[in-house]
Amino acid sequence: MLTLKRNDKNRFPQVSTASLPDIIFILLFFFMVVTVMRSKPLKLEITKPNIQDPQNAKDRKLMAYIYVGATNKSSKDYKIQIDDAFAKIEDIRPFVDRQKEKLPIELKERFTISLRIDKAVEMGIVEDIKVALRKSKQQRIIYSANPKLEN
Amino acid sequence: MGRERQQPEINASSMADIAFLLLIFFLVTTTIDVDKGIRVLLPPWSDEPPETQKLKTRNVFSVMVNANDELLVRGEPMELKDLREKTAEFISNPEKREDLAEKPTKAIISLKNDRGTSYEAYLAVYNELKAGYNDLWNAEADKRFGLKYEDLDIADRKKLRADIPLVISEAEPTSFGEEK
Repeated sequence: MLTLKRNDKNRFPQVSTASLPDIIFILLFFFMVVTVMRSKPLKLEITKPNIQDPQNAKDRKLMAYIYVGATNKSSKDYKIQIDDAFAKIEDIRPFVDRQKEKLPIELKERFTISLRIDKAVEMGIVEDIKVALRKSKQQRIIYSANPKLEN
Repeated sequence: MGRERQQPEINASSMADIAFLLLIFFLVTTTIDVDKGIRVLLPPWSDEPPETQKLKTRNVFSVMVNANDELLVRGEPMELKDLREKTAEFISNPEKREDLAEKPTKAIISLKNDRGTSYEAYLAVYNELKAGYNDLWNAEADKRFGLKYEDLDIADRKKLRADIPLVISEAEPTSFGEEK
């Protein structure tokens, strides 16, 4: 009797893994919900600039993106990408109109264009885009940037 | 009864593995990228050239960024790190100096860059100017309500912004440094 008891004490109790599938499932559902598949492949290399305390964008359903950058890091041939294709300045207006068309009237006002621009891009292109946006009556924009890490 | 008892149980031990596999798939594909940045409201487009306004020099805070990303503020070179403080000082003019803005409502920040200025430099300057305003709003909000600007409700915020309006006017860029 005594020896049996001692044996029992020394044995490490088995961890129950019965609830493991449930835990994993919860995690799985979490990631399923937050996942947004990138439907439009990015053709450009974009390193966003870093600034202090950037603001959060509000509603990603009310946003469309315009990308500017070069196809590889060393190149200085900056291009604009809209949806999944390279675009020209003239394409911005139809793009904005198309995006706005889908929205109900009360939300059109809040529609925002997010400019995702590589930090090395020259302002000339950016300026042209801004003029094109203003001409298409799209005033609300956000300059996309990453927060600066304090060292 | 006896038959039911004999019904084989489904082996659920592989369930965890399946879930794990899916989990890893979603972990890899997830990009939680919240868009962060500077929100800006562009001025409306008009085909007519803008009216030329006569402004007193003391009310204009001109900031220029050239193609080499160097900063020229009111005709003098400046470091980026000083810009925020100087902007706030210019607008609020705490010592009532002759060469700074008469009052916040009359102050105008004029930002001009070159077509060759890098986007990074432009954004950094823009952010500092906005931060200058932000500092003032926070100080004012603290004075009036004892709160941070962000914690005010919308009506109070609007009132505050009417007293210290954000005016960053952007001029047509120069194009000296475009061909590199």
